[in-house]
Amino acid sequence: MSTATMELDARSAVAANGVNDVAQPLLQRIAALEARLEEMESRIPKDKVTMVVFSGDLDRVLAAFIIASGAAAMGQEVSMFFTFWGLNALRKQRKLQGKKLTEKMMALMSPADTKHMGVSKLNFFGAGAVMLRQMMKEKNVTSVEELIDLCAELGVKMVSCEMSRDVMGIDPSELRPDVETGGVAAYLADALESRVTLFI
Amino acid sequence: MTIDVATIQVHQELDVRGLNCPMPLVKARQAILKLDVGQVLKVISTDRGSVKDFQGWAKAANNVALLAQSEEAAPDGKTLYLHYVQRTK
Repeated sequence: MSTATMELDARSAVAANGVNDVAQPLLQRIAALEARLEEMESRIPKDKVTMVVFSGDLDRVLAAFIIASGAAAMGQEVSMFFTFWGLNALRKQRKLQGKKLTEKMMALMSPADTKHMGVSKLNFFGAGAVMLRQMMKEKNVTSVEELIDLCAELGVKMVSCEMSRDVMGIDPSELRPDVETGGVAAYLADALESRVTLFI
Repeated sequence: MTIDVATIQVHQELDVRGLNCPMPLVKARQAILKLDVGQVLKVISTDRGSVKDFQGWAKAANNVALLAQSEEAAPDGKTLYLHYVQRTK
């Protein structure tokens, strides 16, 4: 329809029904469109990055924290969810007191803190991890411990999965004090509005 | 990059020589937040990856603009990668 005919139509409608009868349905349509726009805007991904850290291998955890610190530096809001072996990356100490036999065994077979994490390839009972750390030092790459503290400083949210923490028999006091607690819905709520989500 | 590096007025310099990914970016971010809007940070890096990293940062962030990038030979034979970043917001 051309603008001229539209204007003519509007004029004749106003002549026949008065201004209010024409304006009312238009206002309703605008309100309906505004509501739809608001709904759509709320569904557009935000400047957010989420990660699931499942692995407790030094090299993989290192990659996760490099991406997290980089994303935070780029101005992204970052959430990291730690589950199963990934919880070892948040460990500050090992406690055996008050644990069941299976939990004690699990604790003794898991790294007591990040310093004791192995590598995913060529670990050779920890020799590979020592070698990697040495090589990183020579190349002046920031250590995983420094990166974790840096991420906390940059406002990266670290969430421990309550269910896997409980299954693995890890006491909350063994983890970093700045760690939050959540479940699958906490992760998904953040992931659904992120542009990037990774499983490491 | 069309801007001539010599014409850029630099307000602060950041030396991240020897640092590797992701530290040049992290340090630059921390430094630029201390500048006023409109001011320019010059970053001196030895990390070859920082060239693309700073381009990606400027593309993704809404508060910085990458005015120019250049390379320079250091006295020790290493290549220096220079980035001129402006705080825009």
